[in-house]
Amino acid sequence: MTRRQKKTLWRIVAAALLTLVAALLPLEGIGKALAFAVPYLVIGYDVLWSAARNIAHGQVFDEKFLMALATLGAFGTGEYPEAAAVMLFYQIGEWFQSIAVGRSRKSIAALMDIRPEFATVLRDGEESEVDPEEVALGETILIRPGERVPLDGTVLEGSSSLDTAALTGESLPVDVTEGARVISGSINLTGLLRVRTESVYQDSTVARILELVENSAEKKARVENYITRFARWYTPCVVIGAVLLALIPPLFDGNWAMWINRALIFLVVSCPCALVVSVPLSFFGGIGAASREGILVKGANYLEALATVDTVAFDKTGTLTQGEFAVDAIHPREIPEDELLDIAAVAESHSSHPVAESIVAAHKGHIDKSRVSKVEELAGRGIRAVVDGQTFYVGNGKLMEEVGADYHDCHLSGTVIHVAKEAEYLGHIVINDQLKPDAKESIAALKALGVKQTVMLTGDRQQVAENAARALGVDRVYAQLLPAEKVEKVEQMLRDGARLAFVGDGINDAPVLSRADVGVAMGAMGSDAAIESADIVLMDDKPSRLPLAVKLARKTMRIVRENIVFALGVKLLILALGALGFANMWWAVFGDVGVLILAILNAMRCMLPIRN
Amino acid sequence: MKKTFKLEDLDCANCAAKMEAAIKKLDGVQNATVSFMTQKMTIEADEAVFDQVVKAAVKCIAKVEPDCRVIL
Repeated sequence: MTRRQKKTLWRIVAAALLTLVAALLPLEGIGKALAFAVPYLVIGYDVLWSAARNIAHGQVFDEKFLMALATLGAFGTGEYPEAAAVMLFYQIGEWFQSIAVGRSRKSIAALMDIRPEFATVLRDGEESEVDPEEVALGETILIRPGERVPLDGTVLEGSSSLDTAALTGESLPVDVTEGARVISGSINLTGLLRVRTESVYQDSTVARILELVENSAEKKARVENYITRFARWYTPCVVIGAVLLALIPPLFDGNWAMWINRALIFLVVSCPCALVVSVPLSFFGGIGAASREGILVKGANYLEALATVDTVAFDKTGTLTQGEFAVDAIHPREIPEDELLDIAAVAESHSSHPVAESIVAAHKGHIDKSRVSKVEELAGRGIRAVVDGQTFYVGNGKLMEEVGADYHDCHLSGTVIHVAKEAEYLGHIVINDQLKPDAKESIAALKALGVKQTVMLTGDRQQVAENAARALGVDRVYAQLLPAEKVEKVEQMLRDGARLAFVGDGINDAPVLSRADVGVAMGAMGSDAAIESADIVLMDDKPSRLPLAVKLARKTMRIVRENIVFALGVKLLILALGALGFANMWWAVFGDVGVLILAILNAMRCMLPIRN
Repeated sequence: MKKTFKLEDLDCANCAAKMEAAIKKLDGVQNATVSFMTQKMTIEADEAVFDQVVKAAVKCIAKVEPDCRVIL
């Protein structure tokens, strides 16, 4: 609690006790008025003061002015306990709001507390602790266990595990060693790292993320703008209603006190605070909860748009697939699978070609490179290698034809690597870009959430794209697209009325990302382009973050709607009942403070993580 | 030109909305936001009149909520 909040709390306690005393004293008339005036002034003097000051500024519809008017009016009509209570509860509401909002603000700030405090830079063999902003590109920095990585860079020396949870929401630490990239904002867990910086602070991942999160409040959701506009009309209308209620009916029945009392009820519920606070608070909480999961949302409007998305279009490579080759299938002719892979891996062990690397990576055991006595790369066809004294050919169909091996193509799509011993065909290995392990469940989860259509847009070959789509359960595939054609397809779907989210890796998808209703960039750690052009950034490259983001967006919208319906409903009900004489001042207090507190509590649920 | 200012003691969300509406109406302002949640004001205005706009915006704020201070 801040000092001001503490002071208010004491005033609330004091005023509550004094009100109780006043209520217990057997006083009538002027004595009673004075007894209740004491707690009233203790709790309300600042409201009265601001009201006077604001009315001097011409702020007629200021909530403090209206509250002052309502309570003074209650005093005027002899409702002393009500007057003191309205002011007391009004202050309790304000106090609660200030605590609640302060707490959300703090917990979200803590969530995004990824700003590095300092960098230990190595200059002329001397270590010195400096502000990360003072470190130049290409300098060497030291990162000790427990410290935050201050700048993006490459590990020169040392190995360690990094905790990237604050960036990606991924709780599993990432192992890094010499040559690996480290991302600013992650925490070094175990070993000392010596890192060459690859960005200045302003361009570093952490600075970009912080900027993005800090600016997210600027982009307001449509519903928030509606509510603000509504609030601008609501207060004047209710106040005018109060004036009419106080002046017109008594002309007919002459019961001025009763109608003024009813009008005061109007004034007490004339504050739209519950609505106006709870909507941005909900979005703020929703955006905060998302960033804890490694989902950065650039504005409340995008959260709003994501909640109603009915079509999700994906890029394939790097988004649904890993963008790296790996062995999909091993089809030997007569020998065991292991043996075929072993031959291919040993033969390819000296090559740095991506295909060779994927075969070597698939080999689980030790590869004894000394078994290879001679290797010759045959450009565009493969290699000839002498392994254990025997000559093997590893390569494409063309190479098999050349050596006269009786080979056949595979029914699987992908890159097929054939292996032959001299002219004897041994079998083939199929290499493919691997689907991400959670890609299939993500598509299913989106479907379960009611997304009508999932689409794959890719530059890849038709056959490969279709296979991937079938494996994943994607509804529609458009293959062999140039980047411009991707934009066209997206525009076509938008014209057909789709509310569309596009998910890409952000590197060459910038135009599509900006064209879709919601552009989602994935695996954005360290990719500047993605962070710039997307509306929502998934920090790690797991597609399963997307259904989670949709869930969070929907939950936020649901809470926003609940609050609007609840707050408006209660207020309108009390207005109606008050005008008819069925509601008294205590109802009005509930309509103002009670609704405010309940709406805030409900809005704070947005910050809670979603249980799976 | 776009600049963000911190606000202190911005106590009510409705006031923030009122401030925002008033600042948006100022001459030379392209866009403005007053965020109750982040206690920040962002003003986007022509470079030539930016300082005047900021001064006028501070006045708008004082008018709606006299206790609220803009940290310049």
